[in-house]
Amino acid sequence: MSEPRHRLMDFVREEIMPHRFCSGCGCGTVLNAFTNAVEGLGLDSAEMVCVSGIGCSSWIPSPYFRADTLHTTHGRPIAFATGVKILRPDLTVVVIAGDGDVAGIGGNHLIHAARRNIDLSVFMVNNMIYGMTGGQVAPTTPAGVVTTTTPHSNVEPPFRVADLVVAAGASYVARWTTYHVFPLLESMQNAIKRKGFSFIEIMSQCPENYGRRIGLRTGIDFLKQFKEQALRVEKANGMSEEELKDRIVIGKLCDKERPEYVSELHRITREQVDKLKKEMGGAA
Amino acid sequence: MYTSLLERHRRGRKLIEITENLCKGCEICIEFCPLKVFEKSDKLNRKGYYLPVVTDEDLCVGCRLCELLCPEFAIIITNE
Repeated sequence: MSEPRHRLMDFVREEIMPHRFCSGCGCGTVLNAFTNAVEGLGLDSAEMVCVSGIGCSSWIPSPYFRADTLHTTHGRPIAFATGVKILRPDLTVVVIAGDGDVAGIGGNHLIHAARRNIDLSVFMVNNMIYGMTGGQVAPTTPAGVVTTTTPHSNVEPPFRVADLVVAAGASYVARWTTYHVFPLLESMQNAIKRKGFSFIEIMSQCPENYGRRIGLRTGIDFLKQFKEQALRVEKANGMSEEELKDRIVIGKLCDKERPEYVSELHRITREQVDKLKKEMGGAA
Repeated sequence: MYTSLLERHRRGRKLIEITENLCKGCEICIEFCPLKVFEKSDKLNRKGYYLPVVTDEDLCVGCRLCELLCPEFAIIITNE
């Protein structure tokens, strides 16, 4: 008897499935939501470029998603994606990378891409740890967690990356968890459609290298905790810092219109070229 | 995009298929199905994971939460 075939297998590289993510890992759910979003938008994957960095979640677009992908050096997916977008503004450029790439080593690229408001969709899979390398402390690790590099518990408070991107001036910012798959899927579609810098922070689970240190051994434990911790942004407004401790604020954090970088850049270039041509024509 | 559960139920029979060799036994479908359609079985797949089985297909309203939560693309829900 032949096995049933999932309709989304057209969007992933079927020949290398099942993927290498651990049992219960959130990266698989993000891949599932992303392929659903692409299918729902009716995007042609030949018109897409997916950029990723180094880490478990960077495996979501490359190799598993069937589109042109750039698997770049650690921390630089947004820098590479900026280059792609400037040269080929007609393509849909999506960055899927982890918190280590986007918020850790590539944090500066992130805030400057948001400041420029370049037309990229950045999906940051935040598992709160450097999972692939064995569970070292990341800038998103909550305080008090024991990791490989903080054996007596972490003293640093975590980065709230989505809030940082809002402050830097992005067009569309949202935060969801892998438990809230339906809103995540819808949000991904809005982010891809949005002209300007769109950013989604996806709180994800790492049962192997993070969960076992905090007593959440399976993906189920994590999803239950996400369900408990989640708080809609509408309800969180006006709550004190103390009340928001240990809560995950989910929802659309910002959605605004701003001039987009690539179209502005190309407009100025065109104007200069036209001006020069006129001058040259006048001289001849 | 979101139709009511009742309306989904009226659309008719749902077909739940599990691709056995894609499953990694994380049991997320068993835990998070709102109607508890799945159950852990004794059956192992090629990689040695315990597979979920469908207890009662008629319970399913086709909300597709399991299909979307599944990290492995192993569950297929068809609304007939």
